[in-house]
Amino acid sequence: MSDTQTITRAEVCAVACADIFRGAGEVMVSPMTPMSLLGARLAKLTTEPDLLMSDGEALLQAECPPLGGTAPIEGWMPLRKIFDVLAAGRRHVVMGANQIDRFGNQNISAFGPLQQPTRQMFGVRGAPGNTINHATSYWVARHTTRVFVDRVDIVAGVGYDHTDPANPAFRFLDVHRVVTNLGVFDFAGPEHTMRARSLHPGVTAEEVAQNTSFEVAGLAEAGTTRTPTADELRLLREVLDPTTSRNSEVPS
Amino acid sequence: MRDKRMSIDDVVGELRSGMTIGIGGWGSRRKPMALVRAIFRSDLTDLTVVSYGGPDLGLLCAAGKVRKAYYGFVSLDSPPFYDPWFAKARTSGAILAREMDEGMLKCGLEAAGARLPFLPIRAGLGSDVPNFWAGELKTVESPYPGPDGALETLIAMPALTLDAALVHMNLGDPHGNAAYIGVDPYFDDLFCMAADRRYLTVERVVETAELVKSVPLQALLLNRLMVDGVVESANGAHFTLAGDSYGRDEAFQKHYVESAKTPEAWQRFVDTYLAGSEQDYQAAVRRFAQGAS
Repeated sequence: MSDTQTITRAEVCAVACADIFRGAGEVMVSPMTPMSLLGARLAKLTTEPDLLMSDGEALLQAECPPLGGTAPIEGWMPLRKIFDVLAAGRRHVVMGANQIDRFGNQNISAFGPLQQPTRQMFGVRGAPGNTINHATSYWVARHTTRVFVDRVDIVAGVGYDHTDPANPAFRFLDVHRVVTNLGVFDFAGPEHTMRARSLHPGVTAEEVAQNTSFEVAGLAEAGTTRTPTADELRLLREVLDPTTSRNSEVPS
Repeated sequence: MRDKRMSIDDVVGELRSGMTIGIGGWGSRRKPMALVRAIFRSDLTDLTVVSYGGPDLGLLCAAGKVRKAYYGFVSLDSPPFYDPWFAKARTSGAILAREMDEGMLKCGLEAAGARLPFLPIRAGLGSDVPNFWAGELKTVESPYPGPDGALETLIAMPALTLDAALVHMNLGDPHGNAAYIGVDPYFDDLFCMAADRRYLTVERVVETAELVKSVPLQALLLNRLMVDGVVESANGAHFTLAGDSYGRDEAFQKHYVESAKTPEAWQRFVDTYLAGSEQDYQAAVRRFAQGAS
């Protein structure tokens, strides 16, 4: 059995990322960052065996390899078929974010004005299509006021205040979770604002408030993020991430 | 059947300044880089580029060839991810950006290929994409009631009709039949269907009989109806990856990124790699690999 006395922050984050997919069922999951990838594989090996997962390129993996490893495949998912899955809604993506605001708008495109940005990133990528079509969550390795801003510069991922209740085309918007190095959040605050669900062990409400530009709903009442079970620790440490690459994203 | 083989310079000779050009591949994956290099060296200017962008768009921005770009993203696919020349063109306001969701690009190519003025799509609603398009992107209301009786209003993705498409495949014949070998066709067939003139580079040109026995039927992505010119261009996607033919030249891609940092370093890069012919480029790249190993 793994030693549950020495649980690291990164291990708490990995489990919180796994819990993003709790109840997801037989859908394709697309974790875009190493920590959310670790979480997705942990979920598949524990509570969510029916998740579909690609190798990050075009192959569906029949088994969960360790980070950086390969596995036998079960199918084909080239880029154009991902757009079909996305439009059908049978997907849950976990993207990164350069900025997120209190209503869940996300930016990975650029900073500054649309036609002459001060800093160029990726462009909007698949964020508009992901957020408008199916469950979307975010992983933020460093929770700071620079990420959690009053207003994102460019709306790539759609937030709740950018929906039109009179237009049923918005009915699939579901910004499900934000997991950071400090805690787990959703958008169940007043008027779909960001709310604290739990703070990781050792994290204070004050620390979250200081590192967020806007007021976080439910911060005073938020409980503590659950710690990994002995089985989850074994899977993380011995099977999925034996080289502890998780610590490079979230130092312990 | 027509022999469509031509040279890289023949292809560039058929292009004109001001054209809308679609570039196949994806990010830093199977990009028609030999054709991009030829445009870099040419007098062409004022281009509108449609691309799942990578170093193709970067190199064309470096040469000041691009006036307007339609893209879902621009990525080098490996660290540092952001293309330095595209970034410079954007932060200096040198290009007009028609940024969109990745799925919208596929949708716009499909509309063009089917000769439709638009196709409805959900992606883009609520985001800043319509603001990037400054009135060029409109919505369309469904004539049919939705589940709760209300009418859905969707993005009316306009056809991305191309004057020319440039794509790179692994294997082809002299007539324009061609196959990808590897895990992903990307969207190269859609680029060809959306274009008036279609130019294909391939790693190797073989006789038709050899082509069709070399790959499964499903890999024969392009047929003769979709191609006007065929160029044999071994290593023609370098430094992007090309399916089973070769992987990405990560060391050289890093060298490209580093070279963009100062005018002096970029001039050296241009002199060493981009001033001569494609053959000169390939020879210089081999020397770079020997120096790096």
